[in-house]
Amino acid sequence: MMNLITKLIGWIDERFPLTSTWKAHASEYYAPKNFNFWYFFGGLALLVLVIQIVSGIFLTMNYKPDALFAFASVEYIMRDVQLGWILRNIHSTGASMFFIVIYLHMFRGLMYGSYRKPRELLWIIGMIIYLALMGEAFMGYLLPWGQMSFWGAQVIVNLFSSVPFVGPDLAILIRGDFVVSDITLNRFFALHVIAIPLILVLIVVAHLVALHEVGSNNPDGIEIKKNLGPDGHPVDGIPFFPYMVVKDAVAAVAFLIVFVSVVFFAPDMGGYFLEYNNFVPANPMKTPEHIAPVWYFTPYYAILRAVPPLFGSQFPGVVAMGVATVIFFALPWLDRGPVKSIRYRGPIYKGFLAAFVVSFVGLGYLGLMPATELYTWISRVLAVVYFAFFFLMPWYTKIDKCKPEPDRVTSK
Amino acid sequence: MNAIKKLGMLVLLMAAPAMAIASDAGVHLDKAPVNLQDQASLQRGAKLFTSRCLACHSANYMRYNRLHDIGMDDEQIKKELELPEDVKVGSTMQAAMDSNSAKLAYGVAPPDLSVIARSRSADWLYTYMRSFYTDTSRTSGWNNTVFPSVGMPFVLSDLQGEQALETEQHDGHDVKKLILKTPGSMQPAEYDAAVADLTNYLVFMSEPSKLVRGQIGWAVLAFLFVLLALVYALKKEIWKDIH
Repeated sequence: MMNLITKLIGWIDERFPLTSTWKAHASEYYAPKNFNFWYFFGGLALLVLVIQIVSGIFLTMNYKPDALFAFASVEYIMRDVQLGWILRNIHSTGASMFFIVIYLHMFRGLMYGSYRKPRELLWIIGMIIYLALMGEAFMGYLLPWGQMSFWGAQVIVNLFSSVPFVGPDLAILIRGDFVVSDITLNRFFALHVIAIPLILVLIVVAHLVALHEVGSNNPDGIEIKKNLGPDGHPVDGIPFFPYMVVKDAVAAVAFLIVFVSVVFFAPDMGGYFLEYNNFVPANPMKTPEHIAPVWYFTPYYAILRAVPPLFGSQFPGVVAMGVATVIFFALPWLDRGPVKSIRYRGPIYKGFLAAFVVSFVGLGYLGLMPATELYTWISRVLAVVYFAFFFLMPWYTKIDKCKPEPDRVTSK
Repeated sequence: MNAIKKLGMLVLLMAAPAMAIASDAGVHLDKAPVNLQDQASLQRGAKLFTSRCLACHSANYMRYNRLHDIGMDDEQIKKELELPEDVKVGSTMQAAMDSNSAKLAYGVAPPDLSVIARSRSADWLYTYMRSFYTDTSRTSGWNNTVFPSVGMPFVLSDLQGEQALETEQHDGHDVKKLILKTPGSMQPAEYDAAVADLTNYLVFMSEPSKLVRGQIGWAVLAFLFVLLALVYALKKEIWKDIH
């Protein structure tokens, strides 16, 4: 029997790099052994991607991308499709969980300098994934065709019309119509179920290929490849299979416990995962009093609202929002610190990172609230803090008093 | 990890005052005594809903036979809810009045109520149906403290009676209060209980899977906790030799 399997694998290996791929990416891919809690979120993001694709496939079988039937078909899934309510709750919970996991994954990168040389391209690919994910979530949110779906899309697409000269045409190009309509719903559906998921999967593969080329960073921010043992493998590294696989499996099950708790006990999450107003069918004639995007977009939305209009145009706010999103791309070149990890950074970087987290969470909260004068002013202060973290980085990372990095990874 | 804890504290410190500001806006809502385990209450609510609300409102996504979930069989559904001959138990709940005539009569088309408890909340519905008062300035003769200038006339006035909105003096402040002027066929406590039944039913109707969601959830969680223990033991075993 074993002989037969060995023969079969040999047959395949002559025609396809099965064993060599397995070795390169699993059994002989060495990861630092000092990974902590923060290193779970990349794997968990992959898990959520799979959950979203699988639940999405089954939802597509019952959903109707038609302005007349979309809202009803979601309720049909919730009521008449066998266990359809589980699929729908999984998919809507998954959307929010995706962003929670990705934000923590990105924060890990900020803490341990995972974007620094030689991982600049890995970071950039990751940022492209993040942007694609934002597009995916935005378009998916239109599909239930509730009031928030409709008006959220209306507000966001209108932002594009503030671009000088080409704006109005650009907005029409996105909508396929003069207002968000059945046509918009159809194209968003196409993009949400085919175009963006396809791109997402491809760039996630690219992200992993780039990761395995340069190797993982770790909480100490030092390169394990600099310390090779007599066998040619990093002394502080352990094979991804079975060690990391089984460790990530523990994290995956723990994460699923949180995930299903939301799915079965609080799918609305108090109106944050499923907004209450989205249980009212889309009505183009009736603007809701208070339009707020879903929580994962609100930090940027708060920045948009914090910037005062110029000559009656929203464009400066749109630019600020755009810069706030893409500024992460520049991180590898903004950071001039002599060390990568927060463990060996000086107090200035720690202070700036703390202020950045406060501004991000604070802006996220304010973006959910109506724009009162007080809130707008707080948003302005936080937006300045947000940008200061990035724009002052070349300066403060250089003058910071860093501690020396260790030669070998430390445990805890 | 110390830096993380500090970050967490900072976030909490700045979120706390903001949350306090946010929570005190809007009208005061009474807490609805929702209990989805109480089948008798859900059935009373279903009867009230089909006899009163369905006159003008629809529940397009709700099928009559979904009431099996709250313990009614087909015979009960037909008899107790007085289904017309041509309506099958498998059909969805349609309004008796068509939406165009309703729009002409009340100025707005009565909204579909299938998921109303998810968009409005149980507390809102419970308070709303107890907050109508007579208002001669309105064409319908009715107004509502929770939903000012509401288009709907008060169709439960024969049960609750007629309330008026009166201004009272309390420590020099004007306080507006609903006073029952003409009693209806129910005592105030009886009426509150009937509205509680109706609210209970609306919550069930807005998400019928809510009845089983929790049970399935506990089973899935139990499975995952066992799996967690096993996977954790496996991890411990495999990592034994890593130092």
